Amino acid sequence: MTDQTAPAAKQPTQRTLQIRASLRRRHLSEQIFRIMGIIAICAALGFVALLFTDVLRKGIPAFHQATLHLDITFDPEIIGVDPAPVQIAGQSAADFNAAQLAWQRNVAMLNWNNVITAAMTEAAPEGFEIDSRALLAIPETNARHVVREAFVADPSLLGQTHRFDLLASANVDNWVKGNIDRSLDDSRQQLPADTRGLVDILVENGTITQDFAWGLFTNVDSRAAPASAGLAGAFMGSLYMMLVVIVLAVPIGVASAIYLEEFAPKSRLTDLIEVNINNLAAVPSIVFGLLGAAVFINFFGLPRSAPLVGGLVLTLMTLPTIIIATRAALQAVSPALRQAALGLGASKTQMVFHHVLPVTFPSILTATIIGVAQALGETAPLLLIGMNAFVASIPGSPVDQATALPVQIFLWQGNENRNFFEARTSAAIMVLLGLMILLNAVAIFLRTRLERRA
Amino acid sequence: MTNTENAKMDMVASKIMTTQQSVSAAMNPIDSLERQLRLTARDVTVHYGAKQALHGISIDIPDRAVTSFIGPSGCGKSTFLRCINRMNDTIEGARVGGTIKLDGEDIYDPSLDVVELRARIGMVFQKPNPFPKSIFDNVAYGPRIHGLAKSKADLEEIVVSSLRKAGLFEEVKDRLSEPGTGLSGGQQQRLCIARAIAVGPEVILMDEPCSALDPIATAIIEELIDELRENYTIVIVTHSMQQAARVSQKTAFFHLGNLIEHGDTEDIFTNPVNKQTQDYIMGRIG
Repeated sequence: MTDQTAPAAKQPTQRTLQIRASLRRRHLSEQIFRIMGIIAICAALGFVALLFTDVLRKGIPAFHQATLHLDITFDPEIIGVDPAPVQIAGQSAADFNAAQLAWQRNVAMLNWNNVITAAMTEAAPEGFEIDSRALLAIPETNARHVVREAFVADPSLLGQTHRFDLLASANVDNWVKGNIDRSLDDSRQQLPADTRGLVDILVENGTITQDFAWGLFTNVDSRAAPASAGLAGAFMGSLYMMLVVIVLAVPIGVASAIYLEEFAPKSRLTDLIEVNINNLAAVPSIVFGLLGAAVFINFFGLPRSAPLVGGLVLTLMTLPTIIIATRAALQAVSPALRQAALGLGASKTQMVFHHVLPVTFPSILTATIIGVAQALGETAPLLLIGMNAFVASIPGSPVDQATALPVQIFLWQGNENRNFFEARTSAAIMVLLGLMILLNAVAIFLRTRLERRA
Repeated sequence: MTNTENAKMDMVASKIMTTQQSVSAAMNPIDSLERQLRLTARDVTVHYGAKQALHGISIDIPDRAVTSFIGPSGCGKSTFLRCINRMNDTIEGARVGGTIKLDGEDIYDPSLDVVELRARIGMVFQKPNPFPKSIFDNVAYGPRIHGLAKSKADLEEIVVSSLRKAGLFEEVKDRLSEPGTGLSGGQQQRLCIARAIAVGPEVILMDEPCSALDPIATAIIEELIDELRENYTIVIVTHSMQQAARVSQKTAFFHLGNLIEHGDTEDIFTNPVNKQTQDYIMGRIG
């Protein structure tokens, strides 16, 4: 009211009262909805926080591992081999080679545990009585290989003393980290009493320390020497699969989306294809694994456990994601832009490639990265094509046997050495999640960057 | 439309043509071929699926003049405009019947390349729609795809002269590399006109080019249309009768998919024959 004189407060009419009554009801329902939303978000965030704290709490200790710093003497008396052969003048290359091989065989046949036992005895305090069996429970079983390799690589070590950083065994690692209840009696302990006593002394005098576990990233999986089990093999396997997925799924997915959206005539057939692609996105991933086993391995005879086959299966799984996202991005392009191009006499292809695609590029890129990240985390289909095999080598090519990061997590989770592998499993989960976060961060970064430029 | 009306219309059109020709011949004696250019539409119908949007439109559009299509919303004026450069082809389920001839050549002839047609008949849309590229690239795009420039210098010349003709060059000459989407609405629309001119079209179709602009930008565009008339055949769809009166020499009134009346703008506005035209112009319908 803009009257000069302030109007007297009017009695609310019947109609106003009706509106007020309905208002109260509307505000109430709005309030309830808002509260429910907040509760839902809190619950979701709570579970995510719970998951992360659990994984971090269990996984972080695995990044440090009990490491044994030993001075190892390559005592000629214990080793008892001749010095490494040297090529003598006039000796043929074949003869020298044969001599070298013979020497290496001799070195390999040695019981290198004797060398380690001697070094351990040296490291133990004066007069500490312990049998060699209990002594050898301290280093991981691969210690003798480490020492042997060092000797083969440098035969001049004979008679010298060299400092080695050897991994302590999984049981010692558990004991040092306090994962084993010290109050349990001997019959239920995994380490003999003497060993436990010596470990405590070695920790005290700094021979055993908690070092950063580089082996987690550089080693392959291991069962004989669990303390040396690492993710390098699984990481390379995953990397090869991602390469296959990117090389195949991205061009095929984007091309089919463009064709279906921009060029294909609208017909019953294209409708059917569209419905099928949408359904394909909802097919359980394990079915893709069955398909991979039946088609790629049985029919085409591709090798089992190979990242190539894994990549092909994941490509099939990722395609619908990429196609659907790309089509959605293409649909979102304003008709004005298309008309502008067509009105100037651009052909359909020119319109798509000069104007529509550049605009949708950020969305397509994000969809692709998210699809690839999804594929990276996929486990079930890989189980059916043999990628859950125990592979103790780093794959050199996509057709070598390999496993993948999520499958490695699955394998470690099921490892019988629970006490030790629980932490490893969580550490592997952290590595996988780290990769996922990295991929998503790249997607977000590229998206904002490209969108700002456009 | 009856036969007598048709004949009358033809007569009027040809009369206009001759005066137009003599005027432009005096101004530009070199382009004697182009002056014969004109559009003829006969019994043009458009169906969108089952719905008929245009009922037999027949009209002649003279060279080097502005023809405006007026009428209430949904009367088919934009639909007819989009038939002229076959933009209706891009709409799912649209069917066009009848004939439209450009210089006596049927533009719906299957042997005719629609890309070539659209290079000859440029279009400016209702909402300014510059490409999300630089001002230069916006104008250069058409010449590039049609291979009109032989060298970089050639291309630059086309861009500058097109911007000049669109009356935009002075305002943007220092920022040709900046995005075209950063200009004001009116400037964007002039950029779109420059972009259309750069291809060297013979006809320019404008679909309510000022409906998204403020009065000042509108006035500038109208002036520009008046200048462009000397070199191009212009067809403009407009909601504003004042605009039709200001910029056009010929006016056609559409209603419910029918062409009700067309003729000289002056006649339509001062002395409409048809009752519906009269009502519309008086503001009683629409």
